[in-house]
Amino acid sequence: MSIFADKKNKVIVQGITGRDGSFHTRQMMEYGTKIVGGVTPGKGGQKFEGVPIFNTVADAVAATRANTSIIYVPVAFAADAIMEAAAAGIKLIVCITEGIPANDMVKVYNYLKGKEVRLIGPNCPGIISPGKTKIGIMPAPIHKKGKIGLVSRSGTLTYEIVYNLTLAGLGQSTCLGIGGDPVIGTNFIDCLEAFNEDKETEGIVMIGEIGGTDEEEAAKYIKKYVKKPVVAFIAGRTAPPGKRMGHAGAIISGGSGTAADKIKALNKVGIPVAEIPSDIPVLMKEKLEKAGKKAAPKKKAAGRKSTKKKGAKTTAKKAAKSPVKKKAAAKTKAAGKTAKKRSSKKK
Amino acid sequence: MKIHEYQAKELFEAQGIPVPSGDVATTPEQARDIAEKVGKAVMVKAQVHVGGRGKAGGVKYCATPEDAYDKASQILGMDIKGLTVKKVLVTEAVEIETESYVGIILDRAEKKPVMMVSPAGGIDIEEVARKTPEKIFKHHIDPILGMQMHEARNLAYRLYDDPKLVNQAAKIIQKVYETYMANDSSLAEINPLITTPDGRVLAIDAKINIDDNGLERHPEIEAMRDLEAEDASEMEAKKAGLSFVKLEGNIGCIVNGAGLAMATMDLVKHFGGEPANFLDIGGSSNPEKVLNAMRIILRDSNVKAILFNIFGGITRCDDVANGIVSAVRELNPQVPIVIRLTGTNETEARKILEAVKLTAVSSMEDVVKTAIDKAGIAA
Repeated sequence: MSIFADKKNKVIVQGITGRDGSFHTRQMMEYGTKIVGGVTPGKGGQKFEGVPIFNTVADAVAATRANTSIIYVPVAFAADAIMEAAAAGIKLIVCITEGIPANDMVKVYNYLKGKEVRLIGPNCPGIISPGKTKIGIMPAPIHKKGKIGLVSRSGTLTYEIVYNLTLAGLGQSTCLGIGGDPVIGTNFIDCLEAFNEDKETEGIVMIGEIGGTDEEEAAKYIKKYVKKPVVAFIAGRTAPPGKRMGHAGAIISGGSGTAADKIKALNKVGIPVAEIPSDIPVLMKEKLEKAGKKAAPKKKAAGRKSTKKKGAKTTAKKAAKSPVKKKAAAKTKAAGKTAKKRSSKKK
Repeated sequence: MKIHEYQAKELFEAQGIPVPSGDVATTPEQARDIAEKVGKAVMVKAQVHVGGRGKAGGVKYCATPEDAYDKASQILGMDIKGLTVKKVLVTEAVEIETESYVGIILDRAEKKPVMMVSPAGGIDIEEVARKTPEKIFKHHIDPILGMQMHEARNLAYRLYDDPKLVNQAAKIIQKVYETYMANDSSLAEINPLITTPDGRVLAIDAKINIDDNGLERHPEIEAMRDLEAEDASEMEAKKAGLSFVKLEGNIGCIVNGAGLAMATMDLVKHFGGEPANFLDIGGSSNPEKVLNAMRIILRDSNVKAILFNIFGGITRCDDVANGIVSAVRELNPQVPIVIRLTGTNETEARKILEAVKLTAVSSMEDVVKTAIDKAGIAA
């Protein structure tokens, strides 16, 4: 498993013929992402790298049954592009574009509210589930399939930390950048909830930065609901107040949104905050080990279970009709649940 | 972006919010002329991007045009919290009966604009929020529908009982919302909103901040930018498409990506150094940007070493390396340059750097430590 994006996502690219759109479409195709079409008004009927281009998202959805869209359109048209995708029935929208005015995003956010759609971004690197799909602009080779879920407000800092995780042998289930703007579609809590429920994810890395109070809210949520190990990093300890640090959302205003407040809130609920990026894999390994020890009686079983589960999954896929196999898989899943419950009780 | 009080009042007035008459002056003579035109007692108010102007002596009452001349001479050139006063607003002095607060900001958590009013106006609203939060009334506005009259009226009743005042205030509150949205603001406030003994409601002081992302479509507001009030190197960086914030340390930092740039500054501090700046060269890897970045940083005489921290993705390391080479050749920097390159086209980049006898490390920690060491020796 993974969160929000896997091999099932059929992706269209809004702005497929633009400089960034065309470059990254090729990159995504190379990675194996199912790109089924593109949208550039006025270029409908043409093709890009073998996939059809449409004039509107509605046309693209009708013809390709795409359920996902990635947006590279210039900033003046980006807010509208998000709403167009939602109106056409797209279920997952990833908006890469940087620089959308906050008041436009406020309108977009409230327009999307109540609709069955998830927006990731804007001003984000997108989402990657290593080995499955990449809907974004991140450099794919630094990622490695594995069991760490990663959510971040940043772009290159995310790559830095993914790189550190991969070097340390900690692969990733899904990595996503939720965007550096003050108003974004998917927030930390949405991702924490999904990672917490994702069976493939065993640990979560959360990368925050100055500005707003999303990290504080996330800390409260983790304390209440998240049973998996979480390690955090907060950028901007040295940022001066009142200055926008690159990202529109990264600003300390009226004394709120400081790194110190966020670190305090996270530490208070038992989440270690790495002082430097390369400490993250170290802290994660410690946390995973501890979590393993706490479930000590089940530790070995858990280890075996995971390999078994993998086996069960592949066989289940090959012989999907076999009800016996399915039941077995369900049983191991249930066992996993109780093991986790017990470990959390012991806390 | 911040604009001055007189500019904020122009934007409010354009939406139909009543403000006292007046104009802006840069000389005592102009101040006297404006006072004559107003034909009544005036206030002379320093126009600087900082709060607490009154306490600092930057706001004065003047009974006559001659008085306005004298007070303007005192205030122009005055230093308020490190900022020199270059302009004064000369505005009709109005008799004040009550002072309230009206302001709107984006509530990031709710993802809606929130209008706030308080009968405790005329003082710092953050202080009111701390000491007497019960005196602040908030209302979130649906940005798709806009602010309705009944919403504005509900808030106006928190300020006044007299229906005549309530009606005026409700209209003003609705127009504050409209001003805020129409100008892509991140904050719009009137403090104080006053009532006069003859039953008028007026905006006496005004503040509007503009969302930098909205400036593209508001050239008329971009033109309001007070270039003298802004840091020259920050303005130059903005023109060059760089995101730059000047700091006090001696390690110049050139990084791709805002998050990584912040983390780099933090790491400098962590290892005992002090960053001289925040600088994000952005996603694209135009060598020109690297040259401009280096030029801006080298202008700061505090800088004793420059570090590059580049994590290649969309940014290609070889492009950055080309930028570094041309910057070194053109600017001939006298401070050590240390480089970290990882990712896209890293090998090509290293070859390019060899041409100017520079080497690159591949870890962020190494580059930061080296920069601190070299800055220490250079200092």
